[in-house]
Amino acid sequence: MTVQPHRRAVLFVTCIVDQVHPNIGLAAAELLERQGVEVVVPRGLTCCGQMAFNAGFRDDAYAVAGRTIEILRNQGDVVLPSGSCGAMIRHLYHELFHGTRHEAAAKELAQRTYELSEYLVDVLGVTDVGARYDGVIAVHDACHGLRYMGLGRQARILLDHVAGARIVSLPGSDECCGFGGLFAVKQHQISEAMLQRKLAHIAECGCDLVVTGDSSCMTQIAGGLSRSKSRVRACHLAEVLANRVGLGG
Amino acid sequence: MATHTIAFVERVDGALHDPSLQTALERATTRFIGNRAKAVADVDNFEALRHQARAIRAGALARLDELLARLADNVERHGGRVCWAEDGAAARRYILDLAQQRGVRTIVKSKSMASEEIHLNEALEHAGLEVIETDLGEYIIQLAGETPSHIIAPAIHKTREQVRDLFVQHLGMEPTDDIPTMTRTARTALRQRFLQADMGISGVNFGVANEGAIVIVENEGNARLTTTAPRIHVAIMGIERICESFDDLGVLLQVLARSATGQRLSVYTSIISGPRRPHEPDGPEEFHLVLLDNRRSEIIGGKYAEALMCIRCGACLNACPVYQSIGGHAYGGVYSGPIGAILTPLLQPDLPDAHKLPHASSLCGACEWACPVKIAIPDLLLRLRADAVNNGKYEGYEPPAMFGWRQAMMNPALYRLGGKMASFGTHLLARNGQVRWLPPPLDGWTKQRDFPPFAPKTFTELWEERKKQG
Repeated sequence: MTVQPHRRAVLFVTCIVDQVHPNIGLAAAELLERQGVEVVVPRGLTCCGQMAFNAGFRDDAYAVAGRTIEILRNQGDVVLPSGSCGAMIRHLYHELFHGTRHEAAAKELAQRTYELSEYLVDVLGVTDVGARYDGVIAVHDACHGLRYMGLGRQARILLDHVAGARIVSLPGSDECCGFGGLFAVKQHQISEAMLQRKLAHIAECGCDLVVTGDSSCMTQIAGGLSRSKSRVRACHLAEVLANRVGLGG
Repeated sequence: MATHTIAFVERVDGALHDPSLQTALERATTRFIGNRAKAVADVDNFEALRHQARAIRAGALARLDELLARLADNVERHGGRVCWAEDGAAARRYILDLAQQRGVRTIVKSKSMASEEIHLNEALEHAGLEVIETDLGEYIIQLAGETPSHIIAPAIHKTREQVRDLFVQHLGMEPTDDIPTMTRTARTALRQRFLQADMGISGVNFGVANEGAIVIVENEGNARLTTTAPRIHVAIMGIERICESFDDLGVLLQVLARSATGQRLSVYTSIISGPRRPHEPDGPEEFHLVLLDNRRSEIIGGKYAEALMCIRCGACLNACPVYQSIGGHAYGGVYSGPIGAILTPLLQPDLPDAHKLPHASSLCGACEWACPVKIAIPDLLLRLRADAVNNGKYEGYEPPAMFGWRQAMMNPALYRLGGKMASFGTHLLARNGQVRWLPPPLDGWTKQRDFPPFAPKTFTELWEERKKQG
C-alpha cells in the first residue's frame, strides 16, 4: 500500500450517517487518512437535500441544498460515503438549480464530487486498503450509485483485495432493494415486496455479509435481515475496508 | 369493477396479495427481460442504436406539425381519409358516425393502446355495435371484462389456468391446459369474426410522413386480417407516433422489437398506405386515419415532452421492480409501469389518484436503462411530484414534516437538538438494539423491517472529540 502525495478532501458524511451510522463516517475518514488524504469536515454541513427533492418539495430542497453549496464552495474534492447523495449533487443539482443564482456553483461542485469507492480507486488509484475479513461477502449495487455515478466496479476491486474474504455474486445485485427514501414509508407495501426479493437472493447466495455503498440501502436490507432473524449481516463498504465490521454505532 | 374507482393503495394491496398475479408477473417479466438481454447482445452496438433512435424521435417531435401535415397529405393522396381528433370525444364521434353511416354491425379490433385511452370499445358497444378484440391477449381480457395490464402483453397477469377457465366458460372449450388446444379454440372463434366484420380498427406503431403510410408490428397475424378483411379500416394514431422516412423507421423497428419481446423483428410488419387500389385483389374499400391529439400538443414543448418519445415497447415495465410487484391494473390508468406513471397524470389528469402514480417508484432508474430511446423517466417522475406539490396534492403530514426538516437542516443547533431528540426517542423504543415500532406516519417502515436507533453520539461529535484528542 503506497501513500499518495498530500491531498485534502472534504468528507461529507450525509445526514443519515451523521445521525444514525456514525461508524460509517469514521470508517470513511480512516480509509482516506490511511491514503495520506487530509480529511476536512466543514462545520455545519448537514444534508444534500435529496429527501425533500424526491418528495417534490423543491423549495425546501433548494434552501437546504443551496446552503450546502455555499458551505462546500472553494473546498476542493468532496467525498461522500453514499452513491445516492453523490448522484443528487452530480446529477440532480443540475435540475434543482437550473436557471438560479446557484447554477454555476452547482455545476462546479458536481465536477469535484466523488463517492468514496470511486475516489479511492479512480482518483487515488488504490486497490488494496489492507483490510481483512474472514467470511463470505456479497455486494448489493445501490441504484443511484450504479446508474448515475457508474459505480460497482470500484467496490468489487477493493473487496477483491480484502484478505480472508471470499466474494460471491448476489443474484439480481443490480435490482433495487426497495428503499427509495420516503418511498419506503409512503409505499411501504411495495417497498417490502421488493425487500423480500432482495432477502431471498441474499439467502440464496450463501454470504454472511452483504456490503453496499449506501447507508440507506444498508438500513433497508439490515432492517429486513434483522426482522427475519437472518444470520446474515449488512454493512457499508467503508466498514469492511476499515476493519470496522461489527464495531457498532 | 373499474380499477380507477378503487384507491391506489387498495389496488396495490390487492395486487400484492393475489398469488396468481404474482406468479404470472414473475414468469412473464423474467422471460421478457431474458429475451431482451439476448436480443440486445445480438447487436454490435446497441447503445449507438439507442442514441440514433432517440435522435430520430426527438427530431420528429421537434417538427411534428410539418411531419403530420405531410403524413395527412400523403394519406389523402393515396385515397385515405384523415380525421384530426382534438380529444377522445372527437375521435369516438368520428368513428361512431362512420360506422353508423356505413351500416356497420360488427367490428374487429387489433390491439391499440390509443383506443384504450379514449375508451372506444365502451362507446361503440353502447351504440349497439359488436366489438371483438383479436389480439389473443386482448381477447382474453375482453372475455374477462378487464383492461390491459401491460402495454404489449395485455393479459400478462393471467395464468394459463385462468385462461383455460375463461375459454371453458365463454367459448365452450373442453377443460384442458394444453396451450395449442387453447390457442386453436381462440383462433377458430376469431376466424369467424374476421369474416363477419364490416369494420376493422387498428392502432399504429409508426406513421411514416414521406410515404403516407402507417406501420403495424405484431406476432399473431390478427392485425393483418383486421386491416384487410373488413371493407373499412380505421387506424388510430397518437400524433406523436410519427417518423419522417423509411430510413428512420428501420432504426425504430430494430429497437422496438428487441426492447419489447426480445425479437430481432416482429413476425409481421405491415406497412399500409391507403385503401385497396382498383387493380388490387384485396384490402379494404375505405381507409381512415384518426390522428389523436388528446392533450399531446400541450405536452410538446413543455417539460414533459420527452415522455412523448415513448414507442410503447413496454421494456420499462418489465425492468421496473414496482411493476414486477404490482402489475398494470394497480396503476389505474390506461398506461402502466414507469412510463404510465408519467403518461397517466398527463393524459388522464382527472383520474382521482393520478397524482399519486409518480410516487409509485423507488427512482432506481432501471426503467431509464431499459428504455430504447433513453427517456429520463426518473427525472420526469420527480418533476411530476414537484408539480403535484405545487398544486397542493400531498399527504397532510408532509408540509409540516418538510418545514421541520428544512429548519433543522438549515440551522446546525436545531439539527443537533433534533438528532438528540430522535436518539432519545428511538432508544426508548428500541428492544435489543432495534426499533420494531415507529409512530405514524413512519409506522410503514416497521411493519416488516426493523430500524436502527439514532446513534448516542453523531459522527460530528465523535469527529470533534477525536480532533481534540489529537
